[in-house]
Amino acid sequence: MGEEFVRFSLAPLLIGVLAAMACALPGNFLLLRRQAMIGDAISHVVLPGIVVAFLLTGSVTTWPMMLGALGAAALSAVLIELVRRFGRVEPGAAMGVVFTTLFALGVLMLERANLGRAHLDVQHALYGNLESLMWLRSSGWSSLLDPQALARLPEELPRMAGVAGLMGLLTLVFWRPLKIASFDEGFARSLGIPVRGVSFGIVLAAAAACVAAFDAVGSIIVIAMLVCPPATARLMTDRLSTQVWLSLGFAAFAATAGYVLAGYGPIWLGGEHAVSAAGMIATVAGLTLGIAALCGPHRRRDEAGESQPL
Amino acid sequence: MNLASRQEDFALAARPDGPPASGPAPLEARGLSVSYGVKPALIGVDAAFPSGRMVAVIGPNGAGKSTFLKAALGLAPKIAGEVEIFGEPVDQAYGRFAYVPQRASVDWDFPTQALDVVSMGLYRELGLMGRFRGEHRRRAMAALERVGMADFADRQIGRLSGGQQQRVFLARALAQEADLYLLDEPFAGVDAATERAIVEVLKGLQAEGRTVVCVHHDLATAQEYFDYALLLNLRKIAEGPIREVLTIGNLQRTYGGRLTGPQLAAFGASGGASGGAFGGAGG
Repeated sequence: MGEEFVRFSLAPLLIGVLAAMACALPGNFLLLRRQAMIGDAISHVVLPGIVVAFLLTGSVTTWPMMLGALGAAALSAVLIELVRRFGRVEPGAAMGVVFTTLFALGVLMLERANLGRAHLDVQHALYGNLESLMWLRSSGWSSLLDPQALARLPEELPRMAGVAGLMGLLTLVFWRPLKIASFDEGFARSLGIPVRGVSFGIVLAAAAACVAAFDAVGSIIVIAMLVCPPATARLMTDRLSTQVWLSLGFAAFAATAGYVLAGYGPIWLGGEHAVSAAGMIATVAGLTLGIAALCGPHRRRDEAGESQPL
Repeated sequence: MNLASRQEDFALAARPDGPPASGPAPLEARGLSVSYGVKPALIGVDAAFPSGRMVAVIGPNGAGKSTFLKAALGLAPKIAGEVEIFGEPVDQAYGRFAYVPQRASVDWDFPTQALDVVSMGLYRELGLMGRFRGEHRRRAMAALERVGMADFADRQIGRLSGGQQQRVFLARALAQEADLYLLDEPFAGVDAATERAIVEVLKGLQAEGRTVVCVHHDLATAQEYFDYALLLNLRKIAEGPIREVLTIGNLQRTYGGRLTGPQLAAFGASGGASGGAFGGAGG
């Protein structure tokens, strides 16, 4: 451990944890509003959006990517409506068709674009490059106090920390409108809460978290982290604030356990190569959800109507 | 649907004007019209509810009762008309009115407790970051006590019965300490004891000089609970003190002309959430 851990694993681990938490925060509200599908759609259409933005600008900086992702999200909303209307299918099916098609289109564009000059390729887009985000200038834990070494941390780390912090801050500041508008939209409007702004804000925040996380950890983690940790947390509690805190815990757990298992698990099992951290993190998140669904204390729903006379 | 025959009846229906408002009425609507797509939901409704009354909004299913309430508060998009609450546009009257939506309109699986829901009624005072102090908690508890739900403060709302859920909604409105209360079908799907308890609380509000408006289904209890009524069927049929308004002629115009009693009952109750619209025995 020690020096080697700090050099090779500390930064990827932290970036993975922060990306998972940044996605989980808006994911909580998407889940409660029964909009998990929208989260799924966003995390899928981010890929073609980013590829198009990259093709147009030739850079992998944040703003073009953000705009590309938002443009793709808007386009997908229009397409979903068109498919629903002219294809005469239900909204869920329309969404499923549109976002898988756009995602596939994104993969094709990536492949054909032949982007030799920048580090944007299919594998990167799907799995991210978590393992490659090493802190080569470090020389053990003491580097955490060394400004020169700190300056050479992978740039994804401060960026991801900033986005995760922003998500946390937004959740704290807008906690009450988020809760009230998600629970009872009519009542929220009667209080003067701009409910459209709230729901647009949630989608926008989810898109921002997706874009920020995408570059570092790839599509797979983004897709898993938006929904899995909040859904797991929901099964563990009936209190919203507890749910949100727990979702952060589950996100951090999945990222940590997934990263460690991917790196060391195959070796423990006698294999030679590590497996994809992104894939393992998403798998751990899914398994945690499965366990919570089997044993979580609040998994039984809709028991209303205990009908005690009053 | 008897849409054709109903529209014929509107054409026949006289449209008595509401009473002249003295001072700013708690709720005044002029020419309020709403449509969902191409289907009209409310056509040119004028209404002015006097202060300190218990007002029933009465009409068959699909007559636009809930729509009237929502459009009045700006929750449903109106295509024409104006609404004033205590003489002000709605967006300047926040804090003076409290709205209780239909119980079926929310997800009761939401991870929140009864006391937490009631505390939502304090949002206008607390704002985004205002500290939730002991005094706020006491007020929320007092509101729960007033509807007899103090013992369920910490219970997740999905684990309450329908009547208990409706009481929690009422308590949330009480916590708002408004001057005008608007309730959308507060008696839908609740047991008789809860219905009586809710009526007691509402009459208490009236005794404090506040105005209460309810979308109401059951004509049998209308006279007992309310003292003022607005009869709606897409258009306003009648408005005024309930004893003057609930006449056979008005009811027939509201519920569909020449139909007989049982037919009226069937018409009024079709697809309804809370059963009989006409006659207590069927309610």
